[in-house]
Parts: sequence; structure tokens; C-alpha cells
Amino acid sequence: MSADHDDHHHAPDGHGRALRLGVGGPVGSGKTALVAALCRTLGPTLQLGVVTNDIYTTEDADFLRKAGVLDEDRILAVETGCCPHTAIRDDIAANLDAVETLENRFGPLHLVIVESGGDNLTATFSRGLADKQIFVLDVSGGDKVPRKGGPGVTTADLLVINKTDLAPLVGADLDVMAKDSAAVRGDRPVLFTSIRQDPTAAAVAAWVRDQVQSWLHQHH
Amino acid sequence: MHARAALATALVAGRTSIPVLRSAPPLTLRQTGPHSVHLISTAAGPLGGDRLELDLDVAPGTTLELGSVASTLVLPGPGESRTLITARVGAGATLRFTPEPTVLAAGCAHRIEVGLTLASDARVLWREEIVFGRYGEQPGRCHARFDATLDGRPLLRQEFTVGTPALDTSPAVYGDARCVGTTLIAGPVPLAEAVVADGVAVLPLAGPATLVSALALDAVALRTRLEWGESTASRGRPAGPV
Amino acid sequence: MNAAILLLTDSRLPAGGHAHSGGVEQAVTSGAVHDVPSLGSFLRGRLHTTGAVATALAAASCAFASGTADGPWAWDGLDAEVDARTASPAQRAASRVQGRLLLRVARRLWPSPVLEELAGAVPSPHHPLALGAAAHAAGAAPEDAALAAAYHAISGPATAAVRLLGLDPVAVHRLLADLSRELPTAPGERDLPPSAAPWADLPAHSAPALDVLAERHALAQVRLFVS
Repeated sequence: MSADHDDHHHAPDGHGRALRLGVGGPVGSGKTALVAALCRTLGPTLQLGVVTNDIYTTEDADFLRKAGVLDEDRILAVETGCCPHTAIRDDIAANLDAVETLENRFGPLHLVIVESGGDNLTATFSRGLADKQIFVLDVSGGDKVPRKGGPGVTTADLLVINKTDLAPLVGADLDVMAKDSAAVRGDRPVLFTSIRQDPTAAAVAAWVRDQVQSWLHQHH
Repeated sequence: MHARAALATALVAGRTSIPVLRSAPPLTLRQTGPHSVHLISTAAGPLGGDRLELDLDVAPGTTLELGSVASTLVLPGPGESRTLITARVGAGATLRFTPEPTVLAAGCAHRIEVGLTLASDARVLWREEIVFGRYGEQPGRCHARFDATLDGRPLLRQEFTVGTPALDTSPAVYGDARCVGTTLIAGPVPLAEAVVADGVAVLPLAGPATLVSALALDAVALRTRLEWGESTASRGRPAGPV
Repeated sequence: MNAAILLLTDSRLPAGGHAHSGGVEQAVTSGAVHDVPSLGSFLRGRLHTTGAVATALAAASCAFASGTADGPWAWDGLDAEVDARTASPAQRAASRVQGRLLLRVARRLWPSPVLEELAGAVPSPHHPLALGAAAHAAGAAPEDAALAAAYHAISGPATAAVRLLGLDPVAVHRLLADLSRELPTAPGERDLPPSAAPWADLPAHSAPALDVLAERHALAQVRLFVS
């Protein structure tokens, strides 16, 4: 990250700024593919920015840039010093800085997506960083994962269960996953998707669009 | 021994002349070209207790190249030895200062203080090399302080201390190196970003200057690395393999 | 000592410090730091070179913030003194990022005119400036700021080494405990300037190996830490 940033210290109450959406979940569950799909689907109508938190390289940021779903300057990568969960929960400073850099450079933005580095099931975003968060699981991790819960699964504003096309191959029972998710999440929504089959992630994008609209309504 | 040598250039009919060339043994100055001068050491040392001063005044629009014919061997003696060099480089002037290395003999206690005052468009190449003892020798102590200002603003300030084994061998400081050297290149160079190779870094400073910083096992390798860095800075890209 | 300085030295302060290794990651990659003793040597070298510079500049910043360092100076002048002591562009960038993030946190923790003044003059100040000004805003004195800066110079790299090499964290804290005897603890100690010292004369210790490590790190394809 370069040092030549403007002085930017937004009001913590969120007035006048973009919705900040955290996307978390275990390694390989499809976070980056989901972010790419959201950019593809929402990019034409919303002003977007993306912050990635790769664990080891700038691979996720590079993937998004190469995918051509978003102007590459709108994608910033943040290093997390071996601790991806620290960067989204305990010490959000570098991520906040990146988010505000994007808003200052390209603002006003409607939505800034912060993709966490792949981490375990306990990783959640601080409310100081993300206004809303999506937790991404995939069926190949086993259909017992939702039952086991963990803060990501239980408290995320949206739980996305990805790679449903693989369910028959890995012996995952989607009905069990739906039932278990509902049991630990109450009314909070769960969406099943296969980004490979639907590269627009239509259902998730629709949910995000609703969140952005209600955010803009409340804070602008 | 306390010696004060001085050198000043002047612009005479559009050319550099050297109207002031005041030697003070052991600091003996010999003009070796139209605008080049060499330092010839006419006594051993400095020894502990010696204080050697050299003042350079490079007048606006003139050029000076200053070298030395041999390395300086700093020897022990009663008290600390000091070398003080001040240089003022005027507008549009060029100074190239490339003396042979300072070698810290066992038991020495030496201070080097360099103060460079540069006008905003002065061009300077200033090389310093410190060798930690002769072959197989544990060095004495040395504290070198280098301050350069450009147009009244700080350009480069650095200090090197040698002679505390626990610090000298730190992988953050000199590691396994036995010599340290830097070349300050002030004035425009085409190098925009830092370049790094084994034991040498070419560093664009915050101000309009570049620092070549090198570490090496011996003085020959150190010089090779510094010259590679100087060449890299002037070409604006890595100058081939080190 | 003012107790607020504990917040400024706590690695859990959300100011982005966890993502900086102070050259340790590259030293581990190169093999120069590979175990507890080599880490100890690295930390001692860092403390007495760049750490000593940060210590002095943080104290000067705190003194300047408190208005006791009178003179024809300004924040950008002090910032330029850090620039002149930091030859490596990668280290300057890392210092400014950490300074900016610390200033952001400090402005919310200890709102004060002096922090607004610093942010207005230098939006991304070098870390020692931000630390010194934050210490003052928190009610601490220059010697507290010096202590915090010296500790910061070794605590972050030590933690990074624990993560990178899987070292015994107790063994590494033993190193910190030993090194803590070398931290400046009282006014007038080595490397701690009187509050009104001319900034030009403040320490400027170089660490050539750190410069090389920092630039190599900035060029690395694969890295876990920002610096």
C-alpha cells in the first residue's frame, strides 16, 4: 500500500459513505469467485470498490484484476501479517485505511466489499469495519459444518453455501445443511448457490443490492 | 596533532580554478588535474588524540574532484582521534569526493564528522568506506556522523558505529560484513525506485538524491558494490550483475 | 510514567502494527534470523539503530506537541528530519502508513487540537511523529513517548518472528525482557534528547542490513507482512 493517501477520517456513524460489506469464510469456499460475481453483476449499476486480504500473496487481488470485472485501481490488497482474522476483527486499521482510500479516490461509492483472507469458522468482521457481512461455506467441507456453527455461520447477515453442484459428488445433503443452518441462524437468510453454474450469483447479488439500497436510504 | 587543511574553488573566466589549496600535514593536498586534487597522507594515522580538519568550498558553477592516494589507517593513541570534513557546494557546482577507505586498526577510537551544505542544484557524489580492521583484525571503535542539507533542508543524516561486537554482527546492522560504505549522489538521476542486489541497495531519498548503501566482506567487494550502485543510479536501471 | 502510555505500547492497539515485521520476515526468508539467538541479535541491532532514531524523534515530537520545544520549527520540519534519517523508501512508506493509522486511532481516543494540527500539516506523518503527538494528547511526557517508541521497535518484530518461525513465545519474551534493560527509562538517558534539542542533532543511527532487507521485502512476490 502506498503512503500517499489523503487525510481521510470519516465519521464513524457511517453518514455519507458507502455500505461496507465483509465477505468471509474458510479457504477455498469461493469468496473470491463470489466477489468477482458480485462485481460482474452489480458493477454496471453501482459504484464499487474491493479490498482483499490475501494471506500470503496478492493472488486474490490479481485474480480479480485479471477477471476484468472491475477497474483494477478499485481493487486494493492489504497484507495481514499471518493473521487474517486480526485484520478484520481486532485491528481493522489497515482495512479501514484501504476502504477510505478507495472512497476518497473514487467516491462517492455505493458499496465497498472487503474480502477476508481464508480463515477458520470463528472469523467474523468487526462492526467497526463491515456494516454487513456474508459468510461463505461450500458443500465440500461437509454437510455438518452449519450444525457445528461458530460465529461466522451463526451471526453473518447472510450465509452463502456455495458449490451446490458438487453436493452429489461429495455426498453432502443440502436439506440437512438448510435445516441445520436455520436451527443456528434463526431468521437470518441462507442462500445456496453454485457460482460455477451461475457466474452472476444472481440471488446473492439481489440480497446485496437490497442491503445497499436500504443503507443509502438510511445514511444519505 | 591538530591539522586544518582547506580547499576552495573559484570560477575564473568560466573555468574552475583552485585559488585556495592549504595543506596541513598529515593532510597534504596535491592538485593532479585542472579540477582534481588528491589527498596525500604525509604521516601515519590519524592516531588517538589527533584532530584533522578539512574544509572544502566548491564555488557556484565550478567542479572539483577529490580523491586520496591511499587508504587511511586509523591507529590507537592517547584519546580519541577525529576527522572533521565540511563541504559547501554552491549553485550549479559539482563535487566528486571519492577517497580510499578508512581502515579501523585494533584499539583505535575514532570519530568522523562530515557536514555537507548543498545548494539546491549542486551535483555531488560523496563516497565513504569504513573497513573493520585489517585482515583478520578486530577493529577498534568508530563513530561516524554524516549530515547533508540541501537548500537548508535536511537531505541525509546518518550515523555508523563500529566496535561493539553485539551490534556489529547483528543481522539488522552489518551481519557478517566487515566493511560498510555509502555513496550519496545528489542531483537528478533517472532512478525512480529502489534497486537491491546482494549486499547493496540503491535508495532514492525523500529529497532529490540517491544513496547507495553497501556491505561486504572485504574492501574490494565493497567498492565493486558501491560502483555498481552508482552506475545503477546514473543509468536508472540495474547495471548488470554486481 | 503516565498510564496512558500502556495503551500506546499495547500490541492490541488497533493501529495496524500487527501487519509489520520490521524487516524480520525478509531476515527469516534470507536465513539471517532462524532461531532465538539470531532473533535476539537482530532485535538488539534494531533497537540501537533505527529504534534509537525513532525513540529520539518520538520524544522530540511529544516535546514539540507540548509546546516546550520552542523554535522556528513546524511539524513538516520534524517530519523531514525523519525522512533524512530513513534512506530506504520502503521503510519511509512503512513508517508513514503506521503513522497515519496510529494518528487515526489517536484522534478518536484522545481528541485534541494538537492531533488535528499534525493531521492538517502532515496527513501521513512518520510513525515517531504520530506516536509523540499521541503520547502528548494522552497526557504523557516525552520520556514516555521515547519508551513507547523504543519498545515498538522490538515488540512488533519479535511477535512477527514467533509467527514466522514458530518460536517458543516465552523464549522470545525472555529476549524482550533482557532487552528491556536497554530501553530508555528516564530523562537524560542515552538517546533521549532534551526537549528543546535542535532536531538536526538528534540521533541518526543507520542499519544498512535493514535497508537491504526492507527493499527486498518490498519487491518480494510472496509476503505475509507489509514490511
